[in-house]
Amino acid sequence: MFGRNAGVAIAALFTALIAGAGAALAQEAGLGAPFDWQMGFQEPASPVMRDIIDFHNFMLWLITAITIFVLGLMLYIMFRFNAKSNPVPSKNTHNTMLEVIWTVVPIIILVAMAIPSFKLLYKDDVVPTATRVADLYGIDVAGEITLKATGLQWAWEYEYVDNGVFLFSSCLYGPDYWCFGGEAPEGAHRLLETDNPVVVPVNTLVKVQVTAAAVIHAWAVPAFGVKIDAVPGRLNETWFVAERIGTYYGQCSELCGQYHSYMPIQVNVVSQEDYDAWLAGQLAAMQPDRLKAPTTEFAQQGITPRRPLAVTPGIAN
Amino acid sequence: MTETTAGAHEAHGTPTGWRRWLYSTNHKDIGTLYLIFAVVFGIVGGLMSVIMRMELQAPGMDVIWGDSSTQEHTFNVLVTGHGLIMVFFMIMPAFIGGFGNWMVPLMIGAPDMAFPRMNNFSFWILIPSALLLVGSTVIGDGAGTGWTVYAPLSTIGMTGPSVDMAILALHLAGASSIMASINFITTIFNMRAPGMTLHKMPLFVWSILITVFLLLLSLPVLAGAITMLLTDRNFGTAFFDASQGGDPLLYQHLFWFFGHPEVYVLILPSFGVISHVVSTFSRKPIFGYLGMAYAMVAIGAVGFIVWAHHMYTAGMGVDTEAYFLAATLVIAVPTGVKIFSWIATMWGGSLTFETPMLWAMGMIFLFVLGGVTGVVLANSGLTTAFHDTAYVVGHFHYVMSMGAMFGIFAGFYYWVGKMTGHQYPEKLGQWHFWITMVGVNLTFFPMHFSGLAGMPRRIADYPDAYAGWNLISSYGAYISFAAALFFLYVVYRTFKSDEKLEANYWGEGATTLEWSVPSPAPHHTHEAPPTVR
Repeated sequence: MFGRNAGVAIAALFTALIAGAGAALAQEAGLGAPFDWQMGFQEPASPVMRDIIDFHNFMLWLITAITIFVLGLMLYIMFRFNAKSNPVPSKNTHNTMLEVIWTVVPIIILVAMAIPSFKLLYKDDVVPTATRVADLYGIDVAGEITLKATGLQWAWEYEYVDNGVFLFSSCLYGPDYWCFGGEAPEGAHRLLETDNPVVVPVNTLVKVQVTAAAVIHAWAVPAFGVKIDAVPGRLNETWFVAERIGTYYGQCSELCGQYHSYMPIQVNVVSQEDYDAWLAGQLAAMQPDRLKAPTTEFAQQGITPRRPLAVTPGIAN
Repeated sequence: MTETTAGAHEAHGTPTGWRRWLYSTNHKDIGTLYLIFAVVFGIVGGLMSVIMRMELQAPGMDVIWGDSSTQEHTFNVLVTGHGLIMVFFMIMPAFIGGFGNWMVPLMIGAPDMAFPRMNNFSFWILIPSALLLVGSTVIGDGAGTGWTVYAPLSTIGMTGPSVDMAILALHLAGASSIMASINFITTIFNMRAPGMTLHKMPLFVWSILITVFLLLLSLPVLAGAITMLLTDRNFGTAFFDASQGGDPLLYQHLFWFFGHPEVYVLILPSFGVISHVVSTFSRKPIFGYLGMAYAMVAIGAVGFIVWAHHMYTAGMGVDTEAYFLAATLVIAVPTGVKIFSWIATMWGGSLTFETPMLWAMGMIFLFVLGGVTGVVLANSGLTTAFHDTAYVVGHFHYVMSMGAMFGIFAGFYYWVGKMTGHQYPEKLGQWHFWITMVGVNLTFFPMHFSGLAGMPRRIADYPDAYAGWNLISSYGAYISFAAALFFLYVVYRTFKSDEKLEANYWGEGATTLEWSVPSPAPHHTHEAPPTVR
């Protein structure tokens, strides 16, 4: 009696949940930022993220099928082999063929999964050249820039290494936080909008070098499929090609202390002309107060590193 | 000679009052102490998660006390405390210290553990350990490092006594577990009843044997890592300090060399319990016994060579990632063997759905759900999307909070009559299961969605778009915690029940040796070894 109720309840609960997961595939998406009740990935803006979404969709169907298969077996067992329907239990405890099958079939499934997975890894993980981007993704990039991101507690400092010592820090808006962000403009994404967004040109190979001053952070932009740890004393490298003009947001993705939630990443992807104009304007208007030494920042926070920092991000002078 | 014998008998009487517990060398009493300890800290750790969920119920920092100079740090302290307490002071004491102590000697026909006094010490050293950990949240600022205690956040990033106290708490808990491991290994290898070869040993004993081997081999590595943290913090060493030639990633490798086997330490005893429960309520012997035992051995062995899949975004290089990807996928094979063997055990059985069976079937299905998301996460190509998001939190709570904790509840309802002589109230037990089932799924399933949408884990406040699913998660957490409190009521009702229990109250399906002794199990059992065919 109870078994029947149990079966129905479990079936109802999980069909609902799994249907939800399936719906994630076909969801409307915003650009560059999450939206309310979002169930799937953000709209991709780079070839890497498109690859990730494709492979994940394949995986999602596979794991949904496996889960439903197991659920189906269990429900069948509940109805067919409950004490009422099957009063005399069988004594069968071995079936070599069956055991071989349920070892070998999962191996085959895993190999089928591993091949595209390795391809994805080796295709996307290595920082490419412009030629390689053209070969692998069919995109002719307009150019190449290198951006260095340094994680501070709690802001990102960016250096456009192709342009001398041009660097600035990028903080969260809001009077509560240590950074000088100030009031956020109207309509800003709370906890995502920064006072000094990173600006990059569209269709350009952007190489990102990532490190940190004191503790580990992670630089992440979901729409680009980029996430890499910022580790003191280590220069990690990742890359993206943004294919669409727009504003893209991410958040620090490694617990880095008290204000971990408050160090967003904002990347404005603009046309090459806008980028050139922005860069020229920035270089011309460089003010000493925009060029901050991280050691000063630490002093402002009342945090005194007990010994010289591992990596002292370039101090402009 | 006669005197000695008489003296020995005297010593074997049941001590009374506080002496019985503080001085206890009896595996059953020590097991009971461990179980009480686990219940207490399950409630403490659960309360911490409820506070976190209250904070995350809506955007903004509205719930946690203090102002913006401390609130977010307090949140991180709760994250850390919840993780460490649930791992070291809830699941491990319940499974290994609690059910392990109670059932391993009973199941192998031994009169007690091999080293009864060390057994006592293993338990009582946990008390100062727990006091240190709980103390670390109130003395100083609290340890807001996460349970992983990553350097340099845990070294230069957090001053004051809290992190040192948490490290010492881990040292003591580790010493406790190492002693318990030695005790179990010795007991299981040397004190099995005549005729009980390793290949006739009940699967729960197998699971404990493998678990304690994992602990024995991995905990010393943790001890080394956190000792280096301690000296980096206090004595000027620079093991993990890049500015002096150390390496922050070294800590991560050491931690996860312990940390990954540790998560199997949490799940393997659950596998053991589930095997017994499924077999009992299907009224069939376990299907593919040897495959089941060696699948656990395989999971344990492979568990030692997959650790860096926790570090895919650390910048290890593509070939390293590829290796850990492949090794991690391999684990799905023995895990699949276990799932299918449980299903085959039920197949053709004569199933009844008493409370332990509900927990066991719930565990099997939800563990599959948590397992398949684990297979997704194994793919390091996807990791730039998934690493450190709420998806990961959803994944590991499906395998821990459902895989391991459902196993604990299955074991509790299965054995409580044997341990106490009081049978639990069936209807209330089933209610407990269903409330928990609804609660945990509401809590953790939406985390997959917010994770896919990009929500990082361990954040005290989030962008407004994530509000919807977080609200659902929070309601789920309240329901789950209500279920935990309801469990305390079920325990109360269990002790009020005066139903007389037979030795084997589950009937023909329960075949292991603990069912051959009366319920409740007397203070001393198997004084003469039983014979095993």
